Amino acid sequence: MKMLGQKNNRDNREGLKGWLNPLRYGWERVSYWLQRLTGIFLLVYFVGHVFETSSLVGGRNAWDTMLEMTQTTWGHTFLIMVIGASTFHSANGIRLIFTHVGIGLGKPGRPDYPYYPSSLNTRQRSGIWIALILTAVAMLYGANVLLGGD
Amino acid sequence: MRELDNMTVKSDKKAGCDPRDDSFDLKKTTLRVFRTNTAQGKDSHFDSLVVPVQRWTTVLDSLLYAKSYLDSSIGIRYSCRMASCGSCGMKINGIPRLACYTKISELEDPVVVCEPLPNFPVIRDLVTDFTQFFNHHKSINPYIQNLNYDKTEKIDEVSSSHSHRQSREEVDKYLQFSYCIKCGLCYSACPTVATDTKFPGPQALAQLYRYYADSRDAGKNRLNIVDDRHGLWRCHFAGSCSKVCPKGVDPALGIQLLRSYMLGISKDKRNV
Ligand code: SF4
Ligand code: FES
Repeated sequence: MKMLGQKNNRDNREGLKGWLNPLRYGWERVSYWLQRLTGIFLLVYFVGHVFETSSLVGGRNAWDTMLEMTQTTWGHTFLIMVIGASTFHSANGIRLIFTHVGIGLGKPGRPDYPYYPSSLNTRQRSGIWIALILTAVAMLYGANVLLGGD
Repeated sequence: MRELDNMTVKSDKKAGCDPRDDSFDLKKTTLRVFRTNTAQGKDSHFDSLVVPVQRWTTVLDSLLYAKSYLDSSIGIRYSCRMASCGSCGMKINGIPRLACYTKISELEDPVVVCEPLPNFPVIRDLVTDFTQFFNHHKSINPYIQNLNYDKTEKIDEVSSSHSHRQSREEVDKYLQFSYCIKCGLCYSACPTVATDTKFPGPQALAQLYRYYADSRDAGKNRLNIVDDRHGLWRCHFAGSCSKVCPKGVDPALGIQLLRSYMLGISKDKRNV
């Protein structure tokens, strides 16, 4: 038992804890965290969605029963989260596609103190904020349609 | 000289912080230092030590004070005390930083928590093992590869004797990446390194870019080394490496630029 503890201590890898805490390294780390969480969430949704629509093969009754399950406040809340997750994942994903091929990051240069990394520039930060604002707007619109009543 | 003395006294009186003055108010702070000794299998714990600080006191200064006057057994590694050697990296109040480059006053916290760098195996107290980090660095062949310099090849008299002149633009492509002091802060902050031991990490990848972008380098296989699912493609641009780098290296930029070369979006303009 002690040996196990020692080994873990020697490795000292942060593991999942390393990326689950988004609060230490600024907005870029928050966007990284949200991108991963929304990705996992959408994957779970996708599996559930395929399961839901597959009930169609069971005939109209099976489909109606399945649909009733989603027509609840919890079902709608879940759908609002899906709207938020897909909006953020897409908007931030487009930013990341560009950054992953070196677009929008600025050029390497001669660093002068105090150092401002050009890859964490205002353009990138604005991209994150725009993705967050779009997410909020999409969720509000979704909430208005799904929960707003007639 | 007298005038200068008067001036000092005047301004110090105003600030109330002349060390020669008896009423000089020395502030104190509490260091919480992580203690462990893996070789002896001792359990880890934190020691609290109260140390005097001034506006300019760095975390390293206060640790050395604690080591000199309070507990000589604290294990720390340091050398230059001026952010040049890269040996004093540690987690200070939750973020990887150089102890010699972090003033206690800028932390704005009455308690300073010093822990070993995450993602590095701990040897003792704040001292970590850099073997794997350096192995990743070595794996990308961190030197200029050029057959004309290779003594095992038949040297072409003409090309080996001419100087490798570089334009300012060519130098600018890699210069900032060559300022890396191998302190490991980026490696410690990277969320991919935290979960994937085979990932070379931001430092090694940025160094690969540094040599790849150097117009003197002709290393053809460099990119193949990291064209792997644990390699270059595992970076998801969290940007934390660039955030913590104390030398303005911006490893995240190097990695993304490397990817753009790899995907053929940037053209290889090297002219060796
Ligand atoms: S890139 Fe920066 S943080 Fe990383 S090892 Fe080099 S100097 Fe340290
Ligand atoms: S002691 Fe050399 S970098 Fe801090």
